[in-house]
Amino acid sequence: MSTRWDSIRFTVNGQPRTVHAPPMKRLLDVLREDLHLTGTKEGCGEGECGSCSVRMNGELVNSCLVPVLQAEGAQIQTVEGLAPDLDSGGALHPLQEAFLHCGGAQCGICTPGMLMAAAQLIERHPHPSQAEIREGLAGNLCRCTGFARIFASVVAAATHAAPEQEPDAR
Amino acid sequence: MSTAATTRSQTRIVGAPVPRKEGIDKLVGRAQYVDDLTREGMFYGATVRSTIPRGLIRSIAFDPHIAWCDFTIVTAKDIPGKNHIQLIVADQPCLAETQVNHCDEPILLLAHPDKHKLLAAVAAVHIEYDPLPAVFSIEESESQKEIILGEDNLIKSFLLEKGDVDSAWARAAHIVEGEYRTGPQEHLYIENNGMIAEWSAEDGITVWGSLQCPYYVHKTLRAVFDLPDEKVRVIQTETGGAFGGKEDYPSVLASHAGLLAMKSGHAVKMVYDRMEDLAATTKRHPSRIRHRTALDADGKLLAMEIDLATDGGAYSTLSATVLSRATLHACGPYVCPNIRLRSRAWATNHVPYGAFRGFGAPQAIFAMERHMDAIAAALHIDPPIDPVELRRRNFLHQGDRNATDQLMREPVILDQLLDRALAESDYHAKRARYARENLASPVKRGMGIAAFYHGSGFTGSGELYLNSLAGVDVTPDEKVRVLVSNTEFGQGTNTILTQIAAEALGLEFSDVTMVPPDTAHIPNSGPTVASRTGMVVGRIIERACLQLLALLRESAGLQEKSTREQFFAACRRFRAAHGKVESLCYYEAPPGIHWDDATYHGEAYGAYAWAVYVAQVAVDTVTYSAEVEDFWAVQEVGRVLHPVLATGQIEGGVAQAIGYALYEKVVLENGRMANNQMTNYIMPTAEDVPPIHVVFEEIPFRYGGYGAKGIGELPHDGPAPAILNAIRDATGVPFNAIPLLPEDLFATLAAREHPENLWEPVAS
Ligand code: FES
Ligand code: FES
Repeated sequence: MSTRWDSIRFTVNGQPRTVHAPPMKRLLDVLREDLHLTGTKEGCGEGECGSCSVRMNGELVNSCLVPVLQAEGAQIQTVEGLAPDLDSGGALHPLQEAFLHCGGAQCGICTPGMLMAAAQLIERHPHPSQAEIREGLAGNLCRCTGFARIFASVVAAATHAAPEQEPDAR
Repeated sequence: MSTAATTRSQTRIVGAPVPRKEGIDKLVGRAQYVDDLTREGMFYGATVRSTIPRGLIRSIAFDPHIAWCDFTIVTAKDIPGKNHIQLIVADQPCLAETQVNHCDEPILLLAHPDKHKLLAAVAAVHIEYDPLPAVFSIEESESQKEIILGEDNLIKSFLLEKGDVDSAWARAAHIVEGEYRTGPQEHLYIENNGMIAEWSAEDGITVWGSLQCPYYVHKTLRAVFDLPDEKVRVIQTETGGAFGGKEDYPSVLASHAGLLAMKSGHAVKMVYDRMEDLAATTKRHPSRIRHRTALDADGKLLAMEIDLATDGGAYSTLSATVLSRATLHACGPYVCPNIRLRSRAWATNHVPYGAFRGFGAPQAIFAMERHMDAIAAALHIDPPIDPVELRRRNFLHQGDRNATDQLMREPVILDQLLDRALAESDYHAKRARYARENLASPVKRGMGIAAFYHGSGFTGSGELYLNSLAGVDVTPDEKVRVLVSNTEFGQGTNTILTQIAAEALGLEFSDVTMVPPDTAHIPNSGPTVASRTGMVVGRIIERACLQLLALLRESAGLQEKSTREQFFAACRRFRAAHGKVESLCYYEAPPGIHWDDATYHGEAYGAYAWAVYVAQVAVDTVTYSAEVEDFWAVQEVGRVLHPVLATGQIEGGVAQAIGYALYEKVVLENGRMANNQMTNYIMPTAEDVPPIHVVFEEIPFRYGGYGAKGIGELPHDGPAPAILNAIRDATGVPFNAIPLLPEDLFATLAAREHPENLWEPVAS
C-alpha cells in the first residue's frame, strides 16, 4: 500500500465527509474503519459476492474494488442511509419493511448489500419483472435464503402489495 | 387476553408470521458481526500454515527483513494446557509441533497492531519439512499401504445388521448393484470465520466470535489454556451463516486468537479472508457408497447390503458422528427385512472434513435414492414398475420398523406426501410429455423424485447424554428472557424460541427477549446442530414456561386465567419473596427411547421429518448444461412454528443442495483446495435458482416444542438425488456422482455414440 496519504472528500448518506487515507485504500475499509459505517460487509474482497455493495453516484458498486481516490467528490449511499431518521422515530425504507415481513434476511450478512442492489433495481425498474429482479440481484450472493424470499421482498416493496405475495414463475 | 389460555394446537403466536426477532438490526446495518467489533489496543492475528500435505517439520526460520520484535509469535510451545482441539477424540493439535498431516495446517501464529503488516510476515516464515507419503482418497486409505492415522487409517466404523442377508440372495427375483459418489462441499457462509480474544490473569480468557456452539468452544479453551470453567467465557456475536461450518472450527480459531492474546497482552482479532477460509476450514465429507439390493418378484425389498465409506480428512474431528448419521439414513424410508450395512470413515491427508447441514445424511440419501431409480430402471416386471411405484411399494408406514428396528409409533404419511408432490408437480403428465418431446429436441427434459426422512435431534441416546438445561427468567423491568446456549445464525432460533415462550406464558412476542449467548450467563442447552433447536430445546422452553406458571400460581397468587398485568404482578410478588424469578428445565426424553450403541439397534432418533421432493430439469445436449427448471418440496416436519421462516429454511436448503448437485466442485490438488476463491468455487446465484414450491403437511409431534420436529437439515437431503434422477429421466443416462458439471455431462453424453462405455445397472 502506498505510504502517501490524501485528503479525500465525498458525501456519504447525505453528509459531507473528509477522510485522510492512502488513496488506494478500499472504499469498503474507509467506510468501515474511518467512518465506522460497519453496515457494509466484506464477503470475498474480490468483487464476487456483493455484500460490500454501496451506491456511488447512482451506480451500484462493489466497495471492495473501489480505491477511495475514485470516490473523490462522489455521492455515496450505504445501508445506514436507507432509513436515516430511524433513531428519531422515522420509518424503515419500504425495502427494509418488505424484507422484514417477507423473510428476505436470514443471517443478515448479505442483507446490506442486497438492499442496496434492490434499491438500485427498483429505481431503474419501479415494477420489475421476475427476470429483471433476478438480473438485478445476480451480483449479490445469499447462501441462506435461496433468494425466493428476497424476490418476494422486492416484489412487495415495489408494489406495496400484501407481504405474502409469492413471486410467480421466472 | 388471559395467561396460557391457548391450547397447544390453537395458538396466537406460534404459527404466526411474526417479524424476525433481530430482523431490524440486520436490515439497518446495526447488527454487530465479529469483524464489526474492536477492542481497546487490539492487535490482529494471522496464521502460518503448512504447505505440504504430510511431513515432519524440520526447521522454522524467520526472514531477517521483517522487524520481528514488533510481532507476537506463538508456537505449540506457548500452549499452557493440552495441544488438542476437544471434539470426539482429541487427536487434532491446536498447532502442529513436529509433524503436519494436511495442507494449510496451522503451525505458528503472528500478531501485530497493524493488520497490513501480517501478510508479508506470514510469507517471511520459512518452514522446511521432511515430506512423508500422503494419502488422498478413500481407496488409498483403505488399501493401508501407508498408515497415516492409528493402526489402520480407520477413524470409525459401524456395522448395522438386521435379519439374514446371506440367505436372501438365493430367494431374490432381482439383484441390483450400484456405486455412488459425492464430493466435498464448502459451506460458503458469506461471513468468514472470525474471533476476538482477550486474556487477563484475573479473568482468564474471553472470546467473541462467529460460532454455533458456545460450549464446544468453552470445552476446548478450558483444555488448551488449562483453566477452570469460570475463567473461560465464550460470547457469540451475530453470525453470518454457519450451516455446520461453525460447529467445530471456531474451537480452533478461538484457541489461536486466545494464545496470541495471552502472549501479547492485547486483545487480538483474527478474521479469515475468503481464500484462507476456503482452504483451511472444514467441508462436507466426500463419500463412496455401494449398494447391492435383492428384490422379490413384486419389486419389494428383500435385502440390502451397503458399503458406505467417507473421507474424514487428517484428524477424526466429527467424522464418527457424521458417519453415524450417514449410517442411520442410508437405507431410506423403506421397509426391508434383511440389512447389512458396513460404514467406515477413513483418514486421508485432506483438511479435516466436518459438520455440514445434513451431517452425512445427504450423502447416504443421494446413494439410496439414486439407487431406487436404478432399481426401477433395471427391473423387468409386468406391468412395468416406475420409480414412483417402486418407492410406494416399499414405504415405511406407522407400525413398521426401520433399519435399526425402530418401531414407527407416530403417523407416517409418505403416501400422502408422494401424492401431493406428484399432483403439485404434474409429474406423470410432464414425464409422458417430455418423453415424446425429447425425441426431436436438443433440450431433454425430465422429472425426478426423492423420498426420505431425516432424524431430528442427536442420535440414539445422544440427547440424554447432552442433558440440556434451558429456561426463562423475568427481569425487574418486566421482560421475560429466554436462557439457552442455542444460537441464531439465520435459521430463526431467536424468533421461534421467543414465540414459544410468549405463547406458553400468554404474553406478547415483544414481552420476550433472548439473553445474548454468553457462557457467563446462559445454561448449557446443547449445541445448535442436528435440527434440534425447535423440537428439543423448544420443548424444554415450553415446559420451563409451564413450570413457571405453576410456580406463580402456587406461591404468588397467580390465577388460572389471568392478564399480562396480573402475570407481571405475580412475578413482582415472587421476586420480593425469593429474590429472582427463574424457571429452568432439563431435557426429558420421549417415552420408549432405547438405543444400543453396540448393535446399532433401537430408537435412533426421537422423531423423523419426512419428505418427497420433485425436480424438473432440462439438459441442453448442445451446451451440456443441466438446469433445474422447477422444484417441489413437500414435507411433514411436525408443527410449523413460523411459516415464513420455515419456508425460508426449505428454500435455502434446496438452493444449497442444487449447488451440491450441479455447481459446487472443490478441486483438490496435492491435498490442497486449488479453487479457494468465490470466482472459481461457484454457488447458485439469483439467476440460477428455480422457483421452489414449498408444501408443509402438519402433524404436531407431541414431544416437540409446540409440536415441532426438526427442519433445518431436511431440505439438503433430497434435491441432489431428485435432480440426478431427473437427468436420468431426461437423457436415459444414469449419472451416479456429484457434483455433476457440464464437463462431466459432456464426457458421458458424448460417449453415447459408443454406448458400450456406459454403465447401466444390471438386473439378474
Ligand atoms: S466483498 Fe466485495 S464483492 Fe465480495
Ligand atoms: S441471509 Fe445469510 S447470506 Fe443472505
